[in-house]
Amino acid sequence: MADETLLTTPLDALHRSLGARMVPFAGYAMPVQYPAGVLTEHLHCRAAAALFDVSHMGQAFLTGPGAAAALELLAPGDIAGLPPMRQRYSLLTMADGGILDDFMVAHLEGDRWFLVVNASRKDVDFAHIAAHLPPDVRLDRLEHRALIALQGPTAVAVLEALAPGVVALPFMGLAEVTLDGAACLVSRSGYTGEDGVEISVPAAHAEAVAQLLLAQPGVMPAGLGARDSLRLEAGLCLYGNDIDTTTNPIEAGLGWTINKRRRTEWNFLGAGPIRAMLEAGPPRRRVGIRPDGRAPARGHTEILGPDGAVIGEITSGGFGPTLNAPCAMGYVRADFSPVGTEISLLVRGKPLPAQVAAMPFVPHTYVR
Amino acid sequence: MTDIRYTEDHEWVRLDDDIATIGITDHAQEALGDVVFVELPEDGREVAEMEACAVVESVKAASDVFSPLAGTVVESNQMIVDDPSLVNGDPMGGGWFFKIELADVEDFEKLMDEAAYKAFLETL
Repeated sequence: MADETLLTTPLDALHRSLGARMVPFAGYAMPVQYPAGVLTEHLHCRAAAALFDVSHMGQAFLTGPGAAAALELLAPGDIAGLPPMRQRYSLLTMADGGILDDFMVAHLEGDRWFLVVNASRKDVDFAHIAAHLPPDVRLDRLEHRALIALQGPTAVAVLEALAPGVVALPFMGLAEVTLDGAACLVSRSGYTGEDGVEISVPAAHAEAVAQLLLAQPGVMPAGLGARDSLRLEAGLCLYGNDIDTTTNPIEAGLGWTINKRRRTEWNFLGAGPIRAMLEAGPPRRRVGIRPDGRAPARGHTEILGPDGAVIGEITSGGFGPTLNAPCAMGYVRADFSPVGTEISLLVRGKPLPAQVAAMPFVPHTYVR
Repeated sequence: MTDIRYTEDHEWVRLDDDIATIGITDHAQEALGDVVFVELPEDGREVAEMEACAVVESVKAASDVFSPLAGTVVESNQMIVDDPSLVNGDPMGGGWFFKIELADVEDFEKLMDEAAYKAFLETL
């Protein structure tokens, strides 16, 4: 019924055969969990390897002699400086300093670049990029490719058995591999805080590749539920919750994405307001939050100071299965942002004691 | 066999004399997913029919648990506070939430019996 209006990924039939609970997400029918449940899937990802379908995300090639320069006018990251087969996390910024999206950019070779953007923002992002390209740069959306994330401490070993050589990849390194006879693009990256890979696969081979990976020892499918609790424990932003068009990268704690060269050039969209906030200091900051006790505090929960005044709001919150405790992130007035600051969270009308805490809540285990 | 009744909010109610034991159904725990936190009413609290008086949270979301009938809370299940997974593992047994002394035992008869609840689930 409602499903008919939703888009599906190339792994849709596989999800249903695995007994996934499907939910609408960014216009797609996506698995929120499989029969094992969110807790088990989350803990399995931290212990072995979990397979996520992230095919709803937007993939594109950017090709042409001026590609890196054109992208650097829209994103504050060091894109021109990326060596071939290396990837970087960056932001698409707006004239007022807001964040249009966060995304991954990889340098393939020569003047070819590979972009991965959020599902909910892909139409906006690609229209924005296309509108700002010089005539010699071409943006090609990859509509017929799936994206499969294999995450966890054994993920790379699992893929190594099928595609020898990937174990040598550094964090944020890329490789072309053959899976199910198809050319796939592997990057050693992810959204869980664990070591792992994301694999861009031609749609026609996606189900076979996913089946191949799931048949390996220790690999379990995991849904959007576990993906969200994993990224929250890892302190990673979710676009639309923790950052959006009203967020300046400096207050979001994403100033690190602007490297030294870009901080001398200040020549990207929104550079003025972003530079101004860097120099003046942000009035509010994104922080980690650990509530006392076991009650989770969800997004939009008000954050109170000691006198009961509202000093901020939670943007993502829930229960961290690895932490075995609730955790959250949100924005607080800058004077409340130091780690250890005592705050309260207004949960069901009652102030719940909490502390500002360092992120990630669970240490990243990226390969060095 | 003990008489167990149900609500459209997926609570079950078991009556022993004038004490009603209340929990959430297997359907409810399945829909919620892994329960990680439970908040229960204090003993002695007067609750109205359909008053939200407990909270159950899974990894993803929070839900209210309503008192299906009016009465006074006489006991809450600390076991599910200490081990919320009991709500998933044994929803109709060890995963019970709270007990109330009913204001009017006759109210119990207003709730759905098992056949009616099963029929209700079919409509969802």
